[in-house]
Amino acid sequence: MNVVLDNLDQFLNGMQQTVVLTVLSFAIAFLIGVVVAGFRVSPVPPLRALGTVYVTLIRNTPLAVLLLLFYVGFPKIGILLSPFSSGIIMLSAYTGTFVAETVRAGVNSVAVGQAEAARALGMSFPQVLTVVILPQALRTVVQPLGSIFSALLRNSAVVTIIGVSNLTKIVQSVQADTATNVPAYVGGALAYLLLTIPTGQAIGVIERRVAIRR
Amino acid sequence: MTAPVLGDVLGPRGRRQARIATVVSVAVIAGMVLVAYRRLENRGQLRGELWDPFTQWPVWRFLLLGLVNTLKVAALAMALAVVVGGLLALARLARSWPVRFLATVYVEFFRGLPVFLLILFCGFSLPATGLKITVFGAIVLALTLYNGAVLAEVFRAGIRSLDRGQSEAAFAIGLGYWRAMLLVVVPQALRRMVPAIVSQLVTLLKDSTLGIAIGYEELLRRSQISIEFFDNPLATFLVVAAMYIVVNYSLSRLARRLEIRQRRRFQAGAIQVAGLDDLAVVSAQAEAVLPAAETTQPLASGAPTAR
Repeated sequence: MNVVLDNLDQFLNGMQQTVVLTVLSFAIAFLIGVVVAGFRVSPVPPLRALGTVYVTLIRNTPLAVLLLLFYVGFPKIGILLSPFSSGIIMLSAYTGTFVAETVRAGVNSVAVGQAEAARALGMSFPQVLTVVILPQALRTVVQPLGSIFSALLRNSAVVTIIGVSNLTKIVQSVQADTATNVPAYVGGALAYLLLTIPTGQAIGVIERRVAIRR
Repeated sequence: MTAPVLGDVLGPRGRRQARIATVVSVAVIAGMVLVAYRRLENRGQLRGELWDPFTQWPVWRFLLLGLVNTLKVAALAMALAVVVGGLLALARLARSWPVRFLATVYVEFFRGLPVFLLILFCGFSLPATGLKITVFGAIVLALTLYNGAVLAEVFRAGIRSLDRGQSEAAFAIGLGYWRAMLLVVVPQALRRMVPAIVSQLVTLLKDSTLGIAIGYEELLRRSQISIEFFDNPLATFLVVAAMYIVVNYSLSRLARRLEIRQRRRFQAGAIQVAGLDDLAVVSAQAEAVLPAAETTQPLASGAPTAR
């Protein structure tokens, strides 16, 4: 295990980078997801269609393809961003589809009477959605959102293929530098578990505090 | 347009607002499409020579054989993961605690890791330790290790969801633990898990693209090779994305239909699964939170879900 101890600063660095990638992407994905879910339940057919098309196309495309399309393909039409920005954008776009579907399911789970009562008070659709429905819907989907966060934490490793530094990339470089094989990966695995297991615990705590069980 | 919105039909004011929003959003979407089209044209990305390769059979053949390689990996890894997951689930429900403990450690360990890390490990690290393993074997191994752990949880939920009367009846007619499990519990649980397995297959299929990092010639790797040849990354990645979408969308639809059929058959039916990546399962889970989901109207009436 000397390999891990000798390169401890690198591993910690990688963990930090992975956390940054995950938290940033999740914040954006959450916004995308809520907006798209709003589109998909709105009374406006083109917006519903847009939401459905976005979710269907992005969710069914592998993350690696999305990243390469954006980072290698899009410069051809003048969209050239740094690997880090490209990684954040595509991680968010991909994760946003999962958030959208989850939030939509949450909206579906709110009793119909809630929306009817809000309408009876004279609220418009955006008001009904943001003031009455979403606050209840989001609290029913804390646990699935937590699973999505945890999946994102692990998916963020894929940005390695467009050269963004993160824990997995650092495991690779430590392995190459030290020419030892298994220890670098064991260290990397432990580092990931140090992130994913407490995340799972934290989600459990949040869920117990805010979630509504229906 | 009288689609029910949030369980209600719009009144005159709501309809007017919806009409205005419709016109505005159509204009905005059309504008965006136009801008995208102009961009493609101005940058010469619609030039014939970039898209011509996709009119040639040899190019398609090359890519489709890549897709076959992808499907081969996915099918084999899934079959193995079902076996591994089934054994792990039984181990986690076993009576002896060391068995339960080991199975739990396995599941928690592999579920917490990125598949990508596992693929790199199996592809680079294992061969370097002297183990003879091909890249194909490495990807199958990595995907099996991970998905076995994920499916173990699905299976466990499936077995748990079964009425206890089933195993009690099996014990009452004199079957031992293992025979009761294998003859009575597992076959029924397995049927309930088919939709979850199919939707996990979509995740697995997407993960198989990560084989690109260790040089397995699946669809994504082959598309890269084709790009080196024709220098048309945008066109090729768009075509390849479309190929993945067709395959994955079909599988998602299949999973959804199986799930609906199962719900009909077992009323409460759908298995709640914790910690899965794939949306079909996550959303099924959120919907299952509310047993009345079947009776409420589908929100987006545009979605042709046959509830």
